[in-house]
Amino acid sequence: MKFSLNWSALISKSYPMFKIFVAFVKKEFYHILRDRRTLVILFGIPIALVLIFGYTVTNEFKGASIAIFDRAHDELSQEYILHLQASGHFEIVDNTYSYEEIEESFKSGEVKMTVVIPPDFGKDFYRGENPKLQLLADASEPNYASTLINYASQMTRQFQLEKMGNQQRPFQIGIESRMIYNPRLESAYNFIPGVVALILMLISAMMTSLTIAREKELGTMDLLLVSPLPPLIIILGKVTPYIILSFLNAVMVLAMGYFVFDVPIYGNVILLLILCILYLSTALALGVLISTRSQTQQAAMMGSLFSLLMPTMLLSGFLFPISSMPRLLQIISNVIPATYFIEILKGVMLKGVGMSVIWFPSMILLLMTLFFLAIAWKNFNVISK
Amino acid sequence: MKTTTAIEIKDLTKKFGDFTAVNAINLKVSKGEIFGFLGANGAGKTTAIRMLTGLSMPSSGEANIAGFDVYKQRESIKENIGYMSQKFSLYGDLSIRQNIRFYGGIYGLSRKEIRAKTEQILEELQLEEYADKVVEELPLGWKQRLAFAVSNVHDPAIVFLDEPTGGVDPVTRRQFWEMIYESAAKGVTIFVTTHYMDEAEYCDRICIMVAGKIEALGTPQELKQRFDTDNMDEVFLKLVRTN
Repeated sequence: MKFSLNWSALISKSYPMFKIFVAFVKKEFYHILRDRRTLVILFGIPIALVLIFGYTVTNEFKGASIAIFDRAHDELSQEYILHLQASGHFEIVDNTYSYEEIEESFKSGEVKMTVVIPPDFGKDFYRGENPKLQLLADASEPNYASTLINYASQMTRQFQLEKMGNQQRPFQIGIESRMIYNPRLESAYNFIPGVVALILMLISAMMTSLTIAREKELGTMDLLLVSPLPPLIIILGKVTPYIILSFLNAVMVLAMGYFVFDVPIYGNVILLLILCILYLSTALALGVLISTRSQTQQAAMMGSLFSLLMPTMLLSGFLFPISSMPRLLQIISNVIPATYFIEILKGVMLKGVGMSVIWFPSMILLLMTLFFLAIAWKNFNVISK
Repeated sequence: MKTTTAIEIKDLTKKFGDFTAVNAINLKVSKGEIFGFLGANGAGKTTAIRMLTGLSMPSSGEANIAGFDVYKQRESIKENIGYMSQKFSLYGDLSIRQNIRFYGGIYGLSRKEIRAKTEQILEELQLEEYADKVVEELPLGWKQRLAFAVSNVHDPAIVFLDEPTGGVDPVTRRQFWEMIYESAAKGVTIFVTTHYMDEAEYCDRICIMVAGKIEALGTPQELKQRFDTDNMDEVFLKLVRTN
C-alpha cells in the first residue's frame, strides 16, 4: 500500500479545511462575477423593486373618486366642496345621504373616500365651535387610502386658512379620519419591509437552489462528492457567497428606504441587521432544501418561484393585509417565513420595539431554519450515499 | 493484501428495490494497469463505478480501493482517487487556470503545489496561451484532455474514467489515450468505462458486463481468441446476443 499510505497520512494530518473552504467560496464568486445576468439579478432587481414599489405607492394622484355626505347643506359646506374639487385631485362621483349608502358605495368599489360634513358646519365654524369633518377611506388598499386622507386633511387646513383671512380668532375644523376594512392600516410603509423580505427570499433561496442544481445538472456535483470535500463544506461554500451578497442587498434596500422614501428606522439598527441575518438563514436553508429536491436548474427555478416567491408576495401581508384575507389564506400565511420577518421589520423599523416584543416571530424563524436545515441535511446525505 | 493490487472486488452487488443493477461481480485490478469496463447501456457499468468511487453505497459484497475498505474508509478512498465523468466535468464558466486552482484547492494542495501543477498541465497540453480563456470556448477534445489532467491534479493512485471520450472522433480519442498511457506508465491505475470498441483494444485487460454480471474478463487478445474472431466488436455482439 505504499502508494496510498503516504498520501492519506499526509493529508489527514494537516488537512487545511479552512483553506479548502476558501478555495470553494472563491470559485463560487468566480461563477457569480462571470455571469453578468446573475449580477443584474443580484443588484438591479432590488433597486428596481424598491423604486417601483416606492413610487407607485407614494406617487401623486389625480381624480380620485370620492363621495360627499353633506349633512349641513349650508354656504360653507358648498364652498368646501368646491375647494376640494378645484384642486383636480378629487372627483366627486357620488352624493350620499346616509351612512348605509356610504358602505354600499365602498363595497361597489366606485368610491375610495367619503367626506362627511357635519350638520351646522358653517354655524359652528363661525361661532368658533370647531366642527368636525369625517374622512372615511377604504383601507383595503392601505397605501392609497392613507395618501387620500393626507391630501384631504391638507386641503382642509388650507381651506380653513383661507376662510380665517386676517382674523386672529382660532377657527378650527377638526378632522376625524377612519379607515374602513383595515383599521390599523396594516401596510402603509409596508413596502420597504415587504421588499426587503421579498428580495432576501428571492436572492438567497432562489440563487442558492439554482447554483446547487446547476452543479447537479452539469455533473460537477459528482466530482465534488468524489473529492474529499465533506458535504457540509459543499453546502457552506455554496451558501456563504449568497449570505454576503444578500446581506449587502438588505443594507442597500434599507438605506434606499431611509434616504429615498423617508421610511424611518426607529429601533436598534444592529438588532435589525442581526435579525436580517436570521431571516437570510431561513431563506438559504429553504434554498438548499429545494435544491436537494430538484435535479435541474429549471426544476429549482420553478420550485422556488411557486413555493417561495408567490407566497412571499401575496400571502405575507406585503401586498395585501393579512387581516382582510379569507380565513384559509390567513392560516397559510402562518407558515410563510416572510410573514414573521415583516412583523419583525415593522416592529423594529416603524415602532422602534426591541427583542422583548418581537421574540416570538424571531423564535419562529429560528425554528423554521433549523427545521428546513434538518430536512435538507437528511436529503443531502441520501444523495451522497 | 499485496501492494500490487489497486482494486479488489468480491461479490459486489447493488439493488434498487427488486431490480439488481450489479449482481455479485468479482474482479482484481493491479497497480498501473489500464482496466477497461465494457457493457451496453444499462448493463450496470455506471452503477458499479459509482460504488467504487464512493458515490453510492453497495447493497452487499466487498470492495477494496487503493487499500481502503469501501464501507469504512470512504474518506481515505476519496483522497486517493481521481474521477472524470461522462458528463464533461469542468466548470465551463471558469478559465482553465481557475479550474485547476479550484480542484487543487479542494484536494488540499498548497498554493505552491497548485502553481507548479498548473504550469505542468498547461505545458503538457500546450495550453499556455489559453490559460485564462473560459473552458467553454475550448474544443471538446481539449476539454476532455484537460479534464483528465485535472482529475490527476492530486496525484491519485487510481483514476476512474466514466466514458471519458464520448462525442469525439477516433483521432482525438487516440490523443486522449496517449495521456492515459503516460499516467499508467507512472504507476497510476486507470479504470475506464467505454462503449467504443477501438478504445477497448487500448486497454491491458477488459471485462464485459451484461445485465449486471461480468460475462467475460481477460486481455483483448484472449477474448478475441475465446470468441474466435479478430475484432472486439464481434466479441461484444456475440456476448450480448447470447444473453
